[in-house]
Amino acid sequence: MSLIYSMLALTVVFSTPIIITSLGGMFSERSGIVNIGLEGLMMFGGFTAATALVYLQPYTTFAPWLAILLGAIVGGLISLIHAYLSIHAKADQIISGVAINMLATGVTIYMAQVIFGQQRTQSFSQSFQRYTFTGLSEIPLIGDVLFTRVYLTVHLAIILVIVSWFVLYKTPFGLRLRAAGEHPHALDSMGVSVFKMRYIGVVISGVLAGLGGGILVLTQDIQYTVMSIGGTGFIALAALIFGRWKPIGVLGAGLFFGFSRIFALYSSRFEILAQLPNEVFFALPYVLTVIALVLFSRQSVAPKAVGKPYDKGGR
Amino acid sequence: MNKFRGFLANEEHHSFLIPFIAIVLGFLAGSVIMVFSGLNPLDLFTSFIRAVTGINLPNLFTDQSAFNARYFGEFFVYSIPLILSGLSVSFAFRTGLFNIGGEGQVMIGALAASYAGLMLNLPAFIFPIVVLLAGALGGAFWGFIPGILKAKFRVHEVVVTIMLNYTALYVSNYYIRALPDSTSTRTADLPARATLQSDFLSSITNNSRLHWGFLVVIVCAFLFYFIINKTTFGYELKSVGFNPLASEYAGMKVQRNAALSMTIAGALSGLAGAILVVGTFGYGRVLGHFENYGFDGIAVALVGGSTALGSVLAGLLFGGLKASQTIMQISRIPRDIAIIIIAIIIVFVAMKHPIKLALKKLKVEEGEQ
Repeated sequence: MSLIYSMLALTVVFSTPIIITSLGGMFSERSGIVNIGLEGLMMFGGFTAATALVYLQPYTTFAPWLAILLGAIVGGLISLIHAYLSIHAKADQIISGVAINMLATGVTIYMAQVIFGQQRTQSFSQSFQRYTFTGLSEIPLIGDVLFTRVYLTVHLAIILVIVSWFVLYKTPFGLRLRAAGEHPHALDSMGVSVFKMRYIGVVISGVLAGLGGGILVLTQDIQYTVMSIGGTGFIALAALIFGRWKPIGVLGAGLFFGFSRIFALYSSRFEILAQLPNEVFFALPYVLTVIALVLFSRQSVAPKAVGKPYDKGGR
Repeated sequence: MNKFRGFLANEEHHSFLIPFIAIVLGFLAGSVIMVFSGLNPLDLFTSFIRAVTGINLPNLFTDQSAFNARYFGEFFVYSIPLILSGLSVSFAFRTGLFNIGGEGQVMIGALAASYAGLMLNLPAFIFPIVVLLAGALGGAFWGFIPGILKAKFRVHEVVVTIMLNYTALYVSNYYIRALPDSTSTRTADLPARATLQSDFLSSITNNSRLHWGFLVVIVCAFLFYFIINKTTFGYELKSVGFNPLASEYAGMKVQRNAALSMTIAGALSGLAGAILVVGTFGYGRVLGHFENYGFDGIAVALVGGSTALGSVLAGLLFGGLKASQTIMQISRIPRDIAIIIIAIIIVFVAMKHPIKLALKKLKVEEGEQ
């Protein structure tokens, strides 16, 4: 049983950045803008957080929190490029996302060269502390996974899921955001700016992806390298689709995909599964997403106006 | 001056003016970034010129050697797969499809070529061709999957191809390692008669890795031009790209054409992967992460305006930038400035609508003279 617990404990750490970034993607796509630049935004966030932590760690024990905050801010700023290109410039949103991803690879490593004189950031010595919640940790099953020697970022992810659900479904803002992605003309006729809602959606995605990238590097790595994010942004995109563009779905898909990753590392410990190559579990999230797309294809699950530039005169 | 303004404002010229402006702005932005990080942007241009021509400008008119043909050969080695993946993305664009899966198709193409090269035993005159065809078939299969899913289930090809990129990474790594005599990072060397490597080409370019793959590029670029511009099939593909509903009304099989277009695009990327195996390296490789051939192909297609000639020229430009990375490293410039420049060029190509508007405003009004 202790094996299962350690796997689950690793899963929540691993799933945290996937869930947070995927929530970001949800805000963007629900407002009508496809964001395949999540990966690049995570890279910007991860690089910023790692760099900030290197410089801040001698001064304060809150350094990791400040670092991921800065990562989130930089992610939000960079996402403005994607927002401008896909909303005002009416560019193809996929092309714009590709540009963000490429820019991230180039800029983060270039900056690392300029700041640290090497292809990666310096390694940081201390990151987030692990906390044990006395009392709560006694709860069977959940206590061991969620409240014993755990990063607080895990709870941050869960809180963000709840907040996102509330914002999206229980506030006027959420209604307008969803309308921008489903029936932008109807929203426009009510006097709400579609452009504004979409800008907000994209910037939220940048902030959350930057945050996710920062948390990923600070909890799973000792420095930022070009491999640090390693496709997590695309897994987040997959989780968004697999979770059917809904906060709770994103939570479930994020946990499942995180577990699949961890399972790849542990599969040799299970006799029946030791035969299967690790690669099966690495590839699982992507293959399942393709299958899910085919299964969903008969229903309209994705936001209706997603991917289309808004044109006032269009129909 | 007025004539020049009229030239810029004329919409017929925008198809090549916009990529040109994007390239100029890309290099300009790259230079500005270098100045701000305390580097000399001139080094960027001397590295680029040295990579493309082999001429080392600072050494010109000095006693030191100013020309090295090896760089010239390597320039083509870098450009060949980029042109092919650019043609791949261009082909799909022409049918209104976005092939963001070049990455995966390149990897599956390389995998298939490695298997053909190491498992078959054929005479020298046909062996490289069979290996290349195997690579093209592998890539075609990887392009067929999103194509058929689009045709049958109307699933958007972008998401499917992104997912297949990562699937390809794991699939190809597993099967490359499974080949006999593979190490954890690469396969055994392919037999020399299976490859496109050439002692002759290498010797005339001061021991570069230049290989016969450039012939494949010429054939593919010509075929691309011929299919798109001279055949009924190509006309249908373009027509579907312009207006799928009208094409369907005209009796064209829109869905079948979409699937076919992705398959052909996949074959072109697969060829790029095969050429990496039989030309550039001579063995199959296990990859830790993407090498961005597929994503660079998107840049090539965008700058090249999705045409055959445009893709060749844009592929040479980006190939030159990639080739200059090694030289940059020697002269202590962060090599990633090249990637930043490519990314900024894409950003400006994506901004084509505002740039078009700005150019149109240059139009000389009557009476303004």
